[in-house]
Amino acid sequence: MRIVVCVKLVPDATASRSFEPDHTVDRVSVDGLLSELDEYAVEEALRIRDAASEDGEVVAVTMGPQAAADAVRKSLQMGADSGVHVLDEAIAGSDAPATSLVLAATLRKLGADTGPVDLVVCGMASTDGTMGVVPAMLAERLGLPQLTYANQVTVDDSNGAYRVQVRRDSDLATETVEAAAPVVVSVTDQINEPRYPSFKGIMAAKKKPVQTWSLSDVGVDPAEVGLSAAWTAVVSAEARPPRSAGTVVTDEGDGGTRLAEYLVEKKFV
Amino acid sequence: MAVDRLLPTDEARDLLALTREIAAEQLAPRASADEAASAFPRDVFALLGGTGLLALPYAEEYGGGEQPYEVYLQVLEEIATAWMSVGVGVSVHSLACWALATYGTDEQQKRLLPDMLGGDQLGAYCLSEPAAGSDIAAMSTRARRDGDHFVLTGTKAWITHGGEADFYLVFARTSADRSRGVSAFHVPAGTSGLAFGAPENKMGLTASTTTQLVLDEAPVPASHLIGDEGAGMRIALAALDGGRLGISACAVGLAQAALDTAVAYATERKQFGRPIADFQGLQFLLADMSAAVESARATYLHAARLRDAGRPFSRQASISKLVTTDAAMRVTTDAVQVLGGYGYTRDFPAERYMREAKVTQIFEGTNQVQRLVIARHLLAEHAG
Ligand SMILES: Cc1cc2nc3c(=O)[nH]c(=O)nc-3n(C[C@H](O)[C@H](O)[C@H](O)COP(=O)(O)OP(=O)(O)OC[C@H]3O[C@@H](n4cnc5c(N)ncnc54)[C@H](O)[C@@H]3O)c2cc1C
Repeated sequence: MRIVVCVKLVPDATASRSFEPDHTVDRVSVDGLLSELDEYAVEEALRIRDAASEDGEVVAVTMGPQAAADAVRKSLQMGADSGVHVLDEAIAGSDAPATSLVLAATLRKLGADTGPVDLVVCGMASTDGTMGVVPAMLAERLGLPQLTYANQVTVDDSNGAYRVQVRRDSDLATETVEAAAPVVVSVTDQINEPRYPSFKGIMAAKKKPVQTWSLSDVGVDPAEVGLSAAWTAVVSAEARPPRSAGTVVTDEGDGGTRLAEYLVEKKFV
Repeated sequence: MAVDRLLPTDEARDLLALTREIAAEQLAPRASADEAASAFPRDVFALLGGTGLLALPYAEEYGGGEQPYEVYLQVLEEIATAWMSVGVGVSVHSLACWALATYGTDEQQKRLLPDMLGGDQLGAYCLSEPAAGSDIAAMSTRARRDGDHFVLTGTKAWITHGGEADFYLVFARTSADRSRGVSAFHVPAGTSGLAFGAPENKMGLTASTTTQLVLDEAPVPASHLIGDEGAGMRIALAALDGGRLGISACAVGLAQAALDTAVAYATERKQFGRPIADFQGLQFLLADMSAAVESARATYLHAARLRDAGRPFSRQASISKLVTTDAAMRVTTDAVQVLGGYGYTRDFPAERYMREAKVTQIFEGTNQVQRLVIARHLLAEHAG
């Protein structure tokens, strides 16, 4: 089975993060790491590859500035077989529609260059933008079925063709949904426990092939992506003020009454 | 704040990043609770073994990571920053593998090393005895030849991983000659005649198990003799040169943890209407702590680079052990001071760091013994 996993480098949430003057996230001066939610996607792709009866392949695909290649590298260290990095200055500031446009073009080129892709695995959202819509947009652009928010993925290859089945859990119901490959799947953070790379994996990753493609390589017009093509614009971005200490009510026998008064005053009751 | 490190290769940088990730996610969050419960974290060693972190300084051929000491020690330092008992455990395991990896025959290495380095096994190093600490030549555990076996009898003391380890590097007497009568043996757990004392009730490193190892007519195949019969003392001391660098790296990691805790606290705690970090009197304390950590790190790295270059490093290893562990003691003590009364409680990690630092001045040769070693080299070099 040929599996593509889409991965993104995000700013380390434990470090201090900032915005550029144009209100886009500063992705250059901060330490980045593979989005935690994408680790589940990589892990699931590897498990599906390794459980299959035939040899399979996992290709990690990313787009973004130079440093974004680290997301591919981490995926290769975990066990993916090869990588693709779409690197082009025009990409900076791309919104979800533009991201899905570039990824779709990349997947088409991958299919044309090295054979059909059976399964695309994405995380359920990025941990920085948290839009959560790219998998659905990507499926739509490729004309493929989308099986999103999977808590479990099973691949059945018994009849010579792949059928992909996922379990979606919501508060009210558990759905089982399936489609014939190729499909786009997005997975939640409940689906597995991502592995750590091993030192052997780190060494092996150095020898795995990574291709770097420009927008023209994948056939996307630079005018269709980037900040200027975005459907929405961020007008302002300010750090949230730190939380204030709140009001302390010292109970002098009338604590209950004063609590109730406070709630009434703030119109909570 | 991540420590700014000069690393020789890309893979070393990735290795350090992996170590930090595992340390932050799997080690640091449970260190305090496991230390308080004196719970030995065998599962953590399994995780580290699975990722290859228990075999870094050994040959790739036998499953090692083939990393220079310069890199291995910095990994160790990061582990110790998150959890000192685990750092010390990794160092002791490396020490326990070293004799066979260095003095074992090809046949022994092929037969035994892959399992020892494979990540599933944990080692222990058994040199000290109840009556033979600094004076290890006074050891009395005996190994009597009996056909194709040696039969070991005696009591080893202070064994880190006693009862938990899968193999024990045991030093025992094969003759009465004080220094040329000691031999080294690879003793697998489960060997008959092996028993363990109750875990020592220690001041710190409480999650690291320390016990006596009692050998009662324990049969060890002659094929498990490491190096020549009688070469044990030389092997034990040479192993300690590397081991002392391991303890140095752990001590620096611990001091770094104490410094980080102190800086974080000082910027948050307010007295006299401002953060205590605003007071120069406290800033100078923090500055001295930072200088102690950095210079200690530079000291062990210099010794490590000498070792990696194949140069003699025994004197520098002892200097490193002396300097880094004294620095760790001072920095951790000062961290308690920075936290004031809160530092003296078990609600904050500073007092634990201080308790953990103390043992680094004692084991793998007390710091008095390090001075003996340094002086001996110094005067011998002077005599030419
Ligand atoms: C937590 C822990 C873990 C340990 N793990 C291991 C292990 O895994 N394997 C192992 O083999 N051992 C281990 N040890 C033992 C450790 O190496 C010894 O405790 C150490 O070598 C000191 O020996 P001792 O305790 O007998 O002290 P002693 O040798 O009795 O020393 C007592 C004091 O006398 C001083 N002294 C002794 N001789 C001299 C001298 N000639 N000049 C000046 N001062 C001197 C010492 O510096 C010390 O201050 C461990 C110890 C501890 C506490």
